[in-house]
Amino acid sequence: MINRIVKGLRDLARPVGQSVFAVLVGLSIGALIMIISGNNPIAAYYALFKGAFGSLSGWLQTLTFATPLMLTAITFAVGMKAGIFNIGAEGQVYIGAVGAAWVGGWIALPAGLHVAAATAFGMLFGVLWALPAALLKIWRGVHEVISTIMFNWIAFYFAIFLVGHLAGERAELTKPAMTSARYAVLGESLTSVIFVVIALCILVYILLWRTRTGYELRLAGSNPDAARYAGISVRRAILISFIVGGLAAGLAGAAQVLGGHPSWALFKGMGNVANYGFMGIGIALIGRNHPIGGIFAAIFYGGLLNGRIAMQAEAGVYSELVYVILGIIIISLAIPDLLAIVKKRFK
Amino acid sequence: MGKMCLDFKKVSKIFAHFQRKKFSVPLIGLAAIVILLYGLEQAGLKIPSLIEMSLLVMTPLGLAAVGESINQKAGLINIGLEGIFLISAVIGVYAAVKIGSGVLGVLIGTLAGAFIGLLFAVICVYGRANQIVAGMGINIIAIGFVPFFMLTVWRSWLLTIPQFQISALFYNPIRLQPVTVLAIIAAILASILLYKTLFGLRIRAAGEKPEAVDVAGVRVDRIRLFTATLGGALCGLGGAFLALGWFGGIVKEISAGRGFIALACVVCAGLRPLRALGFAFMFGFAEALAVTIAILYKDILPENFIYMIPYIVTLVAVIIVGKAMFPRAIGKPYVRE
Repeated sequence: MINRIVKGLRDLARPVGQSVFAVLVGLSIGALIMIISGNNPIAAYYALFKGAFGSLSGWLQTLTFATPLMLTAITFAVGMKAGIFNIGAEGQVYIGAVGAAWVGGWIALPAGLHVAAATAFGMLFGVLWALPAALLKIWRGVHEVISTIMFNWIAFYFAIFLVGHLAGERAELTKPAMTSARYAVLGESLTSVIFVVIALCILVYILLWRTRTGYELRLAGSNPDAARYAGISVRRAILISFIVGGLAAGLAGAAQVLGGHPSWALFKGMGNVANYGFMGIGIALIGRNHPIGGIFAAIFYGGLLNGRIAMQAEAGVYSELVYVILGIIIISLAIPDLLAIVKKRFK
Repeated sequence: MGKMCLDFKKVSKIFAHFQRKKFSVPLIGLAAIVILLYGLEQAGLKIPSLIEMSLLVMTPLGLAAVGESINQKAGLINIGLEGIFLISAVIGVYAAVKIGSGVLGVLIGTLAGAFIGLLFAVICVYGRANQIVAGMGINIIAIGFVPFFMLTVWRSWLLTIPQFQISALFYNPIRLQPVTVLAIIAAILASILLYKTLFGLRIRAAGEKPEAVDVAGVRVDRIRLFTATLGGALCGLGGAFLALGWFGGIVKEISAGRGFIALACVVCAGLRPLRALGFAFMFGFAEALAVTIAILYKDILPENFIYMIPYIVTLVAVIIVGKAMFPRAIGKPYVRE
């Protein structure tokens, strides 16, 4: 038993080391950019991490930012496991949020059932938006990078259009979700939707590593020829990866609305859902395309998203820099042996 | 009678020749556009403004697509075109304002694109990086870098600089931008380079059978560094054109997915530069036409649906073309044994 744990930890050390190293590269280049633009990186990072992790309220806000990231990371990670670059989480989040805002704000249902129904509709809408790209890939061989990006842009304008029709008294957002459709507030902006999200992460983990379907999906992704030889349908694996991805991204959209204290609505310019899909790509990579790894990566990056507000206010560094840092982390993680290359150079 | 038969044979021979040369797709497309133009003229639409807008849309798409065609032929796939568009646009505008010249702004934007392309190649060739992930990294850096840069320098997400907009070559019968001409020249040169020169043969071989190129004593890594840098430069020129030739300023999402539409041009064209330019024009024309018609019916059609048109057109095109033929070694790092 102890041997197994030790072995497990040893297996974990390498991927975790690579992720930590990539994060350090990202933060260092971020610091370099701050110096070039005339800011003090030490003061900036101090403000950032103090704001993100320095207090209980900071932690609660960080977890709030982390919640949708855990899900959009799953969308990309499950795609990667099936050998697919599904970068369509962005649009699926928008449409999922529309679904949740519609059922949550406009359809009166009994308490308990309402929040479940609104969440389910968000997830359903996410899947519906994910399916066309999957079917195009399967039937016509359309590259998913192109199709999902096109669907993201179509979703953006479609969601803006739909928000206009779902607006209540204020035109710039949907009618807020009714009290019966809201998740309970735990403190600051964090709501109980995070438990649903973590449950989904665990379910996806079980699906991928503890079921036959998950095994087939991973084999189809890592070695499609072997999978075909073993009689596994690669197309089925692709379809499943898109469906799971759509469910997760749709839930992310629903979480931003039904767990979106204090507005409980979707903003017309997609302000409260934008970029989570793209950030999910980086979170998935930091979390080594693993749903549980994604939870920790999301908490780290949720911290950057939270702390950047303090960074901008106290150190004068514009908060958009955290996207640059994420992009650099992604590129560092794209290089499989970066740590080994650097080690060799400095020996 | 006999003469007619001969003619028919001749025609079918010419047709077969074109089919063999795979000219048929753009030719049919061109014929369709000409017929359509005639119909539109009859319907009372302004053809010159339609062509003008098509060329505007075509220019950045075509430049990026031509560069990426060469790049993919050599075995590298860079999906960071969107990011290169954005970064070179903002750098180009910064340089134009700083130096006080739109032309120099375009030049520096091009260099910025070349630099990113080179960096991408170094990461992929020597770091053996996953190319799709690295390309997406470029895009995400751009999402942050452009607003960060604009806020740090100008304290604003929007900047208009009509005084530095590069001027057109001529205005009659249509306004023609110099960069548009460059895009057409680039496509022709790229086609000659790829299919008529020894170096082009080596580029194509680097994408199909890198080990054979290596055995022949030619460095695969240098070929790929060159094509990626060239691809980045052309994409950078497109991005700088977006800001300095077309918009006359910059907003933080100036490219609005056009980098991926350029990628679709490459895929639809089967990696042939001239055809890629043809598809860029077709996308431009479809966008211009759809927008013109949509504006006529704007009381019925909500504006958000008008904005969707370029992306829907792109989707339709990739659905019709279907699975693209890529070089055998695309996306795979080459490791010498």
